[in-house]
Amino acid sequence: MIRLFKKLGAWGAVLPLLGYCAIALGLPVWAILWEGLHQTNPTTQQTSVTLANLTSSWHGIYLTGLLTSLRLSLLSSVISAVVGLFAAYAIAQSKGRYFKQAVLTASGVLANFGGIPLAFCFIATIGTGGVFLSWIEDVWPSFSLETFSGVALVYPYFLVPLMVLTTLPALDGLREQWKEASANLGGTAWQYWRHVGGPLLLPAALGGFVLCFGSAFAAYATAKALTSGTVPLVTTQIANILSGNVIAGEDNLGMALAFNTIIICGLMMAVYLPLRQRSAKWLES
Amino acid sequence: MHRIAKLACAAAAVTLAATACSSNSSSTSSSGSGSSANWATTTSATAGGGMDALVAAAKKEGSLNVITLPRTWANYGKIMDDFTAKYGIKITDTNPNGSSGDEINAIEKEKGLSSAPDVVDVGNSHALPNTNLFASYEVASWSDIPAALKDANGKWFGDYGGYISIGCVAAKVAPAPCPKTFADLLNSSYAADYKGKVAMSGDPTSANAAFSAVWAAALASGGSLDDIKPGITFFSKLKAAGEYNAVVDTESTIEAGSTPITIDWEFNNSQFASDLKAKGIDMTVAIPTDGLYSAYYDQAINKWAPHPAAARLWEEYLYSTIGQNDFMGGFARPAEFAAMQTANTLDATDEKNLPTVSGTVNYPTAAQLTAAQNTITSSWASSLG
Repeated sequence: MIRLFKKLGAWGAVLPLLGYCAIALGLPVWAILWEGLHQTNPTTQQTSVTLANLTSSWHGIYLTGLLTSLRLSLLSSVISAVVGLFAAYAIAQSKGRYFKQAVLTASGVLANFGGIPLAFCFIATIGTGGVFLSWIEDVWPSFSLETFSGVALVYPYFLVPLMVLTTLPALDGLREQWKEASANLGGTAWQYWRHVGGPLLLPAALGGFVLCFGSAFAAYATAKALTSGTVPLVTTQIANILSGNVIAGEDNLGMALAFNTIIICGLMMAVYLPLRQRSAKWLES
Repeated sequence: MHRIAKLACAAAAVTLAATACSSNSSSTSSSGSGSSANWATTTSATAGGGMDALVAAAKKEGSLNVITLPRTWANYGKIMDDFTAKYGIKITDTNPNGSSGDEINAIEKEKGLSSAPDVVDVGNSHALPNTNLFASYEVASWSDIPAALKDANGKWFGDYGGYISIGCVAAKVAPAPCPKTFADLLNSSYAADYKGKVAMSGDPTSANAAFSAVWAAALASGGSLDDIKPGITFFSKLKAAGEYNAVVDTESTIEAGSTPITIDWEFNNSQFASDLKAKGIDMTVAIPTDGLYSAYYDQAINKWAPHPAAARLWEEYLYSTIGQNDFMGGFARPAEFAAMQTANTLDATDEKNLPTVSGTVNYPTAAQLTAAQNTITSSWASSLG
C-alpha cells in the first residue's frame, strides 16, 4: 500500500483534485455533448443520435448570436482592460492606504453588480430623456441604450472593477526602486515599461482581460432586460430555449448551443495559456 | 449526468413500485369499506367516488406541490392561502418566478420523486406538445370550459387568460392622446410624443406576453394566425419611427417614465395600473380593437404526481366559482367566464375592473404556434437589431 503511494508520488496527492474536476467539470460537459447529439421524436418518444442540433447551432440566427456575443465581449473586455489597467495604476500610485482598501472593497462589490438592477439603473439615468442623455447625444447623436453600443457601454460598469481587482496586486508589486535603477542606467520611461514593468505586468493584465472576456461572454440578464432580444446573444438564446415561455421542445438544440460556448472558452484558453507561459518564461530568464 | 439521472429514476421507480404494491394490498383489504380509488388514474371526481372521497384522500396526502406560481400573479397568493385554510393541505411552491419551460423540465427530470410538481400552470405553447406527461382529468364544471380552451382527452384545460392590451400613462404622452389601437401607435402625428416610450414585456422569443403582442400587431396589420410576419414588420416600423423601446416593461420603468406605453397582457397592465394608482400615477388600459388576440394559461396534472388526489382537488378548487372569481380578482379572465355570466355567478366588482372587449377571437393551433415561433426566432433580432 505504502509502496503504491510512493510509486504514485505527486500524482497521489493530486488524484482527489483530478477526481473532483472529472465529476464537477467533466461530467456536465459530457452530458451537454450527449444531449446535444440526441433528439427525441415528439410523437414516437424515440431518442436517436443526430448532428442536426449542432448543425443548426452553427447557422442562421444562432451563428449571428454567437458572433454578436463574441464581438460584444471582445469590445467590452478590451475597453475594460485598458481603462481598468490605467485606473489600477493610478490607485496603486496613490499614498492613501485607506483609500486603496476602500477602492478594493468597492471593486469587489461592483464587479458583482449586474443583471436587471444594473440595467434599470442605466435605463433610469440614460434611457429616455434626461440631462445625461442629452449630454451624450451632443457628442453621439445616434446613441441609444438598447443597441449593441449601448450594451457595450453598460458592461464595463462591472468589468472595470473586475480588472482593477485582478491587476492591483501586481501593480502594487512593482517597486519604486526598479524604476530608479532603470533611470540610473540611463533608461527612458518607455524603456522601463518595455523591458521591466510591461513584462512583469503582462501575466496579470492578460489574466484580467481573460476574466473580463469570460464575464462579458457569460453575462446575459443585463442585455436581456435592455434589448429584448434585438441584440442576439448566445447566452440569451440558450436561456430562451431551455427555460422560456415561448419555444418548447428544443432542449437538445439548447445543449448544442451550450457546447459551442464551451468550445469558445476552450479556444480562448488555448490562446491565453501559451501567451501566459511565454511571459512567465520571460520573467525567469 | 444522463446515466446518473437514469439511475436515480430507476431507484425512484423501485421505491414507487414498492409503495404502489403496499397501497394496493391495503386497498384490497379495505375495499369492503369503500374509498379504494386509485386517484393517479381517476379521470373525474365522480369516477373516484365523489367529491367527499376526493377531499378525504387529498387530506390524507396532506400536501400539494405546485411550481412557478408567483404570489402576485393572477391572485395566486390568495388562492393558495385559501386552499390551505379550507382543506388543511400544505402547498409547496417551487421556483415561483420560473417559466413554462422550467415546469415541463421539472416534470421530466423529477419523475418519481416526492418533490415533483403535482400540477402545472403552463402557456398553451408548452401544454400542446407535452400531453404525454399529463394525466387525463375532467373537473366537475368541465362543460363550462369552452371547447377551444381544453384538450378533448382532459390532458390540459385553460384556467385563466386575457387579451393583449395597451397600457398608457396619459400624463407622460400628452399632448398626444393615449393610443387605443395599433393604428394609433403608427399615427405619424403622435410619433414625437410617443418617442422611445412604447415597450413590451421583453423578448418575444422567450416572453409569452411579448410573443402574443407581436401576434396581435400582426392581426392589426394584415397578418393572421398563419402569418405573424406583419407583426414583426409592425415593430420594425415602430422602431424606425423611434417609438419602440426595447427595455422590458416593469412597474419601475413605468413609474420612472421610461415606458409609459406598454403592450402587455391586460392582467399585467391592470395590475400595474392598480399598484401605480396608490403612488398617484393614473394609468389606463385599452384592448385594441384592430388586433384582438387572447390566450389562456392551462392547468395540467403531472402523470406521475406524488399527490394525485390533492392535485385533483386543487383543480376542482380552481374551477369552482370561488377559484374562477379569484383569478378575476387578479384582473385575469377566468376560462368559465361565459358560463358564469349566464349563471350570474361572476363577482360584480371584479368583473367591472376588466377592460371592455368588442369582437371575438380565434386561438392558434399547435402547428400555427410552432410556425409562428420559428418565424419569430429566426427574424426578430435581424428585423429589429
